[in-house]
Amino acid sequence: MTIVNAVLQGIFLGAFYAVLACGLSIMFGVMRIINLAHGDIAVLGAYVVFVIVQGTGMSPFVAFVVALPVMIVLGYLLQLTILERSLKSGILTPLLATFGLSIVIQNLLLIKFSPDVRSLGGEAGAVTTSSWQVTSGLSVSALGIVILVVAVLVFGALQLFLSRTRAGWMMRATADDADAAELAGIDSRGVYARATALAVAIAALGGLFLAIRSVFDPLSGPTQLIFAFEAVVIGGMGRLWGTLLGGLALGVAQTLGAQVNPEYSALSGHLLFLAVLVVRYGGLRLSFRAAR
Amino acid sequence: MRVQRWTRTSKLFTGATVAIAVLLAAVPLVFDPDVVQKLTILLYLVLLAAMWNALAGYGGLLSVGQQAFIGIGAYGTVFFTGLGVSPYPAMVLAMLAAGLISVPISFIALRLRAAQFAIGMWVIAEAISIVVRLDQNLGAGTGISLIQLNQYAPNFRQAYTFWLALAFTVIFLSALFFLLRSPLGLSLQAIRDDEDAARSLGVRVASRKRLLFVLAGFGCGAAGVIIGANTLFIEPGSIFSVQWSAYMIFMVLVGGLGTFEGPILGAILLFGIQTTFTQGGPWYLVGLGATAALFALALPRGIWGTLEERLGLRLLPVGYRAVEKKGEERTA
Repeated sequence: MTIVNAVLQGIFLGAFYAVLACGLSIMFGVMRIINLAHGDIAVLGAYVVFVIVQGTGMSPFVAFVVALPVMIVLGYLLQLTILERSLKSGILTPLLATFGLSIVIQNLLLIKFSPDVRSLGGEAGAVTTSSWQVTSGLSVSALGIVILVVAVLVFGALQLFLSRTRAGWMMRATADDADAAELAGIDSRGVYARATALAVAIAALGGLFLAIRSVFDPLSGPTQLIFAFEAVVIGGMGRLWGTLLGGLALGVAQTLGAQVNPEYSALSGHLLFLAVLVVRYGGLRLSFRAAR
Repeated sequence: MRVQRWTRTSKLFTGATVAIAVLLAAVPLVFDPDVVQKLTILLYLVLLAAMWNALAGYGGLLSVGQQAFIGIGAYGTVFFTGLGVSPYPAMVLAMLAAGLISVPISFIALRLRAAQFAIGMWVIAEAISIVVRLDQNLGAGTGISLIQLNQYAPNFRQAYTFWLALAFTVIFLSALFFLLRSPLGLSLQAIRDDEDAARSLGVRVASRKRLLFVLAGFGCGAAGVIIGANTLFIEPGSIFSVQWSAYMIFMVLVGGLGTFEGPILGAILLFGIQTTFTQGGPWYLVGLGATAALFALALPRGIWGTLEERLGLRLLPVGYRAVEKKGEERTA
């Protein structure tokens, strides 16, 4: 039963990772870049919500809705100031520029909010404390369900957006071939800016869940980035639903590892990630290619 | 038309570099231990910058995980002294161990491209750091002192560490210098300029990248050894910190990605900044991060690369230049 429970908790944890990873997956899918500041942007989102909650006393969920326009504007700005320039000059530049941005965000947060560890778990109310005891060894937390449902809704809404709306078609066309899309009259700059804004908004949702389900501090970003990236890679880069599955697989790997020894939690996730890399990019296939 | 490698300036400057290296060897005889300790930092910064540049500048391999080898080097010293090896030989063994471990790691890491490689290396560094944290003999999460180094008087210890740092730095920079000047280096510079074009001309890109990766494994391991010996206390949180990658990226980007001299300049600049802002602190890191991002976006060839382009300057020649007529020259 403990194994079943571990898998179930892993799915809840994994849904959180999937939300974190979603924006990373969108940006990679549309622009072929990995934003190394993605985790820090999620943490920044958590701090924006935190400030609103502190100032107004409203529920973190409501505060997130208030924070959303701020994050969307930040996303546009990120695209227009940094990413657009870096896209033009090779594959290393976006990585270098966003890595620099990541350090800037972390340390500005450190200056503004001190290294204190924060949480919004208390402010979120009953949802963080309620759970249902299914059997003696199996419990389902309300928060876990909320995050899982939201994750599925986010991915479902994205799927609908990409397959049913004009803006979604434009995004897919640009992702497939930006030059051809330009020829068909699609403004790729606008598409990229929308994609980044969307990614930043969903990252902030990940930040909200981080703040509610556990704790965060100004330097939490890199860990979130690594987990998000692992989810994207495990699910297959550039595949949207793959990211959801990758997040769930990562979560389950971590909780199963923690069953053996609590300290193995992150390590077993890393090992799953590396194993996926070896299997996907490795094996006999590669040695044939190298022999050519 | 004549193809030449050396110019008057580059002969002079290479001579001066060798002279500086020889003079540096006398530093511990002349200066106080705390000055020696500071200059040891400069040496490992130069080494780190050169190694990161070897990866990113010539191999197109942007790693955010070289701290893996730094950590292995530093903890390798603890491991080998624990087996009863005396400290300084243990440090050399630790450097070799870091380099050898980079060989199997390269078979996983080099299958990845661009961003996957960058974060893949980071994950590898994290995984190694967790394994170290789980090992009680290595001090687990709380860190460990290099107590065996206490058998030396402080000023002798500092001198030995400095000489080892100087030896490592000279060896690895010379190795890179001669590697880049060899026929092999020509293919490395071709990969730097255009990987796909180089491949289509028959350059064996994969094996060249592995060579650079392993060289950087040895070099970063050596730097890790020195960092451990210079601070005498190793703690997984800081030795495996991604901050090392941030420093390397800063030094190489500001100095000049893909140039031999640039990273050395970048290291001297970072060292200058570090000694000026001794408090460190978040504003200092904000400045480093913002500067690195700005250079990546606005001045991708860094200070040295830009100077080299404008002035045709080449102090430590790793390339060739074609001289057509007097006064009309083109660098290649």
